[in-house]
Amino acid sequence: MSKELMIGNAAVARGLWEAGCSVVSSYPGTPSTEITEFAALYDEIYAEWAPNEKVAMEVAFGACLGGKRSACAMKHVGLNVAADPLFTMSYTGVNAGLIICVADDPGMHSSQNEQDSRHYAIGAKVPMIEACDSAETIEFIKKAYEISEKFDTPVIFRTVTRIAHSQSIVELGERNMPEDKKYEKNGAKYIMMPGNAIKRHPVVEQRTLDLTEFAETDSINRVDEGKDNSIGIITSGSGYQYVKEVVGDKYPVLKLGMLNPMPVRKIKEFAASVKRVIVVEELDPIIENHCKTNGIDVEGKELFGYLGEFTQSTVAKALELAENVYVTLDAAIPVRPPMMCAGCPHRGMYYTLAKNKCNVMGDIGCYTLGAMPPLNAMDSTLCMGGSITAAHGFNKAQGADAEKKTVAVIGDSTFMHSGMTGLVNVSYNASNTTTIILDNSITGMTGHQQNPTTGYNLKGDVAAKVDLEALCYALGIKRVTVVDPYDLKECDRVLKEELAAEEPSVIISRRPCVLLKYVKAQKPLVVNKDKCRSCKACMKFGCPAISMHDGKAEIDATLCVGCGVCEQLCHFDAFERQGE
Amino acid sequence: MMKTTNIMIVGVGGQGSLLASKLLGKLLCGEGYDVKVSEVHGMSQRGGSVVTYVRFGEKVYSPIIDKGEADYIISFEKLEGARYVSCLKEGGTLVVNTQQIDPMPVIIGAAEYPAEILSELEAKAVNVDKIDALALANVAGSSKAVNIVLLGRLAKHMNISTEKWIAAIESSVKPAFVELNKKAFELGYNS
Repeated sequence: MSKELMIGNAAVARGLWEAGCSVVSSYPGTPSTEITEFAALYDEIYAEWAPNEKVAMEVAFGACLGGKRSACAMKHVGLNVAADPLFTMSYTGVNAGLIICVADDPGMHSSQNEQDSRHYAIGAKVPMIEACDSAETIEFIKKAYEISEKFDTPVIFRTVTRIAHSQSIVELGERNMPEDKKYEKNGAKYIMMPGNAIKRHPVVEQRTLDLTEFAETDSINRVDEGKDNSIGIITSGSGYQYVKEVVGDKYPVLKLGMLNPMPVRKIKEFAASVKRVIVVEELDPIIENHCKTNGIDVEGKELFGYLGEFTQSTVAKALELAENVYVTLDAAIPVRPPMMCAGCPHRGMYYTLAKNKCNVMGDIGCYTLGAMPPLNAMDSTLCMGGSITAAHGFNKAQGADAEKKTVAVIGDSTFMHSGMTGLVNVSYNASNTTTIILDNSITGMTGHQQNPTTGYNLKGDVAAKVDLEALCYALGIKRVTVVDPYDLKECDRVLKEELAAEEPSVIISRRPCVLLKYVKAQKPLVVNKDKCRSCKACMKFGCPAISMHDGKAEIDATLCVGCGVCEQLCHFDAFERQGE
Repeated sequence: MMKTTNIMIVGVGGQGSLLASKLLGKLLCGEGYDVKVSEVHGMSQRGGSVVTYVRFGEKVYSPIIDKGEADYIISFEKLEGARYVSCLKEGGTLVVNTQQIDPMPVIIGAAEYPAEILSELEAKAVNVDKIDALALANVAGSSKAVNIVLLGRLAKHMNISTEKWIAAIESSVKPAFVELNKKAFELGYNS
């Protein structure tokens, strides 16, 4: 068997492949994206990008009915979108095994909230499994399929950023293909109308009891023995790593691989074997509350709090160990926030919005960065698809004056995900909302995934391409205009025109992401220092390639892609093309 | 049990630190160590501050390097070296590329770039190993080889033979760039 370093998400994909999974459908979302990208590299797995997580989960459901092991992957907030099928799939159960991979993001490295997916497992009454590194991920994915089929339930496989994006050593195994499950029509199990569902609910409750018994006895929940029983620690996943880093084999540790349902007897036995029990878990007190509900005296959130990602110091501090010595600086270190790239096509449109002092209801993607200084061109960002709907509501509340200066801004992939329904609402319920679709021909923020508007599928093959203009017309919008965001004058003209229009309208701001391989960079521009009058008009644009040095604008040639928008901003023609 | 060695790689999104950590991970894995490499994707790729943790030893648990724990910090940019220096352990070494890349608050005039930051670090008795990795990368043939120049410098501080480093480079970069990167490595090692 060969050993290699593997990132957690690749290990999920490897586990799926080794366990004989045949269908994977997902929507990208950091930190879950690579699961599906790696799955797509295995020829034996059919893998696709779905337009959203609900679609993905339902595809996985259909595939499992069809007799093949299936999976879907999403980030924590994606599970909100897919919650509808999840809660009822708990009732239908599965045919072949089905795994829902969900990645939480404690510390919000790349997310809009810090929700804890474990609540969903409890709410939907489905088992949830969590591994602590890549090797265990492969092992537990296989186990998850066994549980799924044995107990007739979808299984949620939970991960967090630090497991998903950490590489650790794995041993590679072979693909072990189970026999396809025969599909047999079974309306009582799969058609969830009240008469059937009412009979499935007791099955779900019994299943939880059976799964609890499994959790009591299976090695998925295990105790690492310790030398000192003055403290015992209960933890899981990433928490386990931080605990072991600090305590080694000093204190006994109960590591839970199954987060729902959790054992009771096993925890009671563990608690009885130590003097003091501490629960180490990021985010919400799920394990802690389970213990307390069952009369087990534990400490948890009073030591750790609810916020952010833990580290080994978090654990060391809770155990009152000495802090490491480290250097602190007197100098103020300016922050280095992420920003839109040099030549980013979104920037021209945001500049225009800022200039026109628009209310901007934003959405989720690279273009959320339009909220950052110096553009500051955003009023709200809520969730995927939340832009068009919020703008409509805002306009309904504030009336005609607001309609003249309020826009929704949404990316191409996000529009496919859940923007379309909002646009239907705008046309159906008639607000003069102006919607701007920032079409950069890719799903950018998660690292360039294809989507239904790009003309390519996950495997890179040519696919049907959704025609955004035709789609907007079909959704009831009569005014649809396409602009090139590199053309500031045109952006300004179209924006003013559409804001003034007495009907709903869509502006498609179209230009591919500059990071796409097929987008060829132009020669970098240079500043003619004699012409630069230090007016800083170009600095309002927020291009990372432009800075002021010794009172004059300067272009970083390694960053500049020659988009030329700065030329349009300068009143003194100080930006010049080389060779002119 | 053998102590775990902690290496942090910090820089600005887009500077190539991911390849550096990948190469390092592969090399250490081949040496028979338990290894963990942790990085954060997503937002941080867009020109933001990026940090990668590489840990190796007999048994590595946490994927994270915390305050006062790093044996080495390799910084692709001055300010980023300063930002994460609190992670350095007593006696640890900061290998820092002297390149300056202004962050957006500096570009728009909302903050000052602390120009004398490396002197302050040295004044605080931090082992600072300064290197103009961008210039050396250009000598090697490409500004993109900054990452390999810095790995070359790190190699000087570590107990792994240069042959093994070179082998790791050969297996990590495209064949057409092997010679360039070998040169970059040597420039970093010998400068």
